[in-house]
Amino acid sequence: MNNIVTEMSGAASVQNKPAVNKAPIFTAKNVDVYYGAKQALDKINLDIPRNKVTSLIGPSGCGKSTFLRCLNRMNDLVDICRVEGDIQLEGQDIYAPEVDVVALRQHVGMVFQKPNPFPKSIYDNIAYGPRIHGLTSSKSELDDIVEWSLQRAGLWKEVSDRLQEPGTGLSGGQQQRLCIARAIAVRPEVILMDEPCSALDPIATATIEELIDELREKFTIVIVTHSMQQAARVSQRTAFFHLGNLVETGATKTLFTSPEDERTQNYITGRIG
Amino acid sequence: MTSMLTTPTRLRKSREASETRFKWFGRGAIALSLAFLVFMVGSIILQGKGALTTSEIAVTVDLSADNIDPNDIEATSFDSLMKKSLRETFPEVTSRGDKRKLYGLLSVDLGFELRDQIIADPSLLGGPQKLWFTASDDADLVLSGTVDRNLDEENRRMSDLEISWLETLEQSDSTNREFNTKFFTNGDSREPELAGILSALMGSILTLSVCFFVSFPIAILAAIYLEEFAPKNRLSQFIEVNINNLAAVPSIVFGLLGLAMLLNTFGLPRSTPLVGGLVLSLMTLPTIIIAARASLRAVPPSIREAALGMGASPVQATFHHVAPLALPGILTGTIVGMAQALGETAPLLMIGMVAFIADVPSSIVEPAAALPVQIFLWADASERAFVEKTSAAIIVLLVFLVLMNLMAIYLRKKFEKRF
Repeated sequence: MNNIVTEMSGAASVQNKPAVNKAPIFTAKNVDVYYGAKQALDKINLDIPRNKVTSLIGPSGCGKSTFLRCLNRMNDLVDICRVEGDIQLEGQDIYAPEVDVVALRQHVGMVFQKPNPFPKSIYDNIAYGPRIHGLTSSKSELDDIVEWSLQRAGLWKEVSDRLQEPGTGLSGGQQQRLCIARAIAVRPEVILMDEPCSALDPIATATIEELIDELREKFTIVIVTHSMQQAARVSQRTAFFHLGNLVETGATKTLFTSPEDERTQNYITGRIG
Repeated sequence: MTSMLTTPTRLRKSREASETRFKWFGRGAIALSLAFLVFMVGSIILQGKGALTTSEIAVTVDLSADNIDPNDIEATSFDSLMKKSLRETFPEVTSRGDKRKLYGLLSVDLGFELRDQIIADPSLLGGPQKLWFTASDDADLVLSGTVDRNLDEENRRMSDLEISWLETLEQSDSTNREFNTKFFTNGDSREPELAGILSALMGSILTLSVCFFVSFPIAILAAIYLEEFAPKNRLSQFIEVNINNLAAVPSIVFGLLGLAMLLNTFGLPRSTPLVGGLVLSLMTLPTIIIAARASLRAVPPSIREAALGMGASPVQATFHHVAPLALPGILTGTIVGMAQALGETAPLLMIGMVAFIADVPSSIVEPAAALPVQIFLWADASERAFVEKTSAAIIVLLVFLVLMNLMAIYLRKKFEKRF
């Protein structure tokens, strides 16, 4: 537990309401990931604090997306991928054999790089998760969840009068917010975002960033981003990955203003990347 | 002065020439293939249209109580009554051979036709009535003009005498041409004027139904499992290669397999749509599997990720999201496979569906013919009139195929979704 306390000390000053659970929601210890014979992540130790935005940054191929996908076991889909080490969600090993991956992914939602709404209506896109997880017992409850999710995702005003139209007919930024609404409809604890704004224009990006800041109240967010400005804008904690190693992690402000490691320094000043 | 953008260099000339050349080669290829198609369909339609109409000859028959007992109609010898009426129409015919030729103007079914008309309308009884009967195939060919009357007598089947009778009938308005309903309501027959396509059509429909209900579910399950769930290893590669090979196996081999396995080992009834459908489904399976796998592969992986990321199980992700998106492609592949099966003759010959079947089958365990086999049989028949029957059967087969393809297009449009 000492480890957790030291990890949290940087962030503790931001939130010190007594009711808040200060234990990290995710703890990763000595995580190694291999794609076949190639090692993609080497001994990663990282804690994800609750109700904060943690951003994972680093040059392409550094393993930040791989790490993100370990957190809800999306890497299981890659046949040659092998994960070693220990990742705990609320103190539970998520790679334990008795773990139900479906339940894990219900608690740890995901938003992808390219907006990928289902080719169904806006309503069905959001209702899909609650339906398969049996979260509602009546149509009106489901209607409430759809409305709540769209409102949290800031999309309700734009689409409330056309819920039956296809989700794929929305603009790119709206589609991505629809995907966020879809992710929060099953009330996850954590939302993983894999470069959610890389396919969007600056205005849509700004909208999503505001949204991330609002969602922080209810959810823990882990975001992978290529943009250091974005990491600085939206996150409270930042982890810098380089060549499969976790180089440095800390409060976002500290990491960007006075990095400890030379590689971090080089990356944020644009000398490597 | 020419600027640097307009100078006609040698390179530019050869480049432009090659583009023009390619364009014309392409147009030529399309024109040639269209010409072949028009030639084929055109010649079939020209030949087959004769079979869509048939000739009738009117004969006055005395239906008074002298000839038919109104209380016991079935006791009448309708054949001899018909023959008698014909002799009365042409009283000058006396010799035995000529009489036989005279009877030959009408179809051999003449007695039955008379009986059916009387039973359908008993009010005809009581006096002489002018009734219409199907002309024989040879008379029909002369009446329809397919056979030239001015041809040398030895080069045609109808003698001058018979033609003179037909002309007498024509002058007394006793011949008629009308739409050939028999062709669509009768089964096969030795007599061309009575032969119809219905038994073959029903046979084909039943065979294809068996083929569809066997191959579609098996192929879809196999394709979905192989594409979405099976581990990618040596074994699945081996299976994939073999499915592709299976699609290239000549169809007669499947026929032999059906003969050896289904008929000899399992003792299923021969010549039946059940066995035909099973054999054809062996052939269609690889086609549908390959088409279904291709369209499953074409579904963007982002849809799978989205579903799995939402916490859908792999089966839910597949059946809620991936399979519906692949459905149009799967259906098109299935109908292409079915269309292939519809036109397949060789395997059906091996399992005995080439037998002469005059009855219209009503279940999958009754002997039946199939459209392509019927075409094969008629093309092989010696009577001149079967030539146009053959073409007409081909037209029916082509119409069937076009309908299936239209269905494929309709289903495609109906289920297609943008993503």
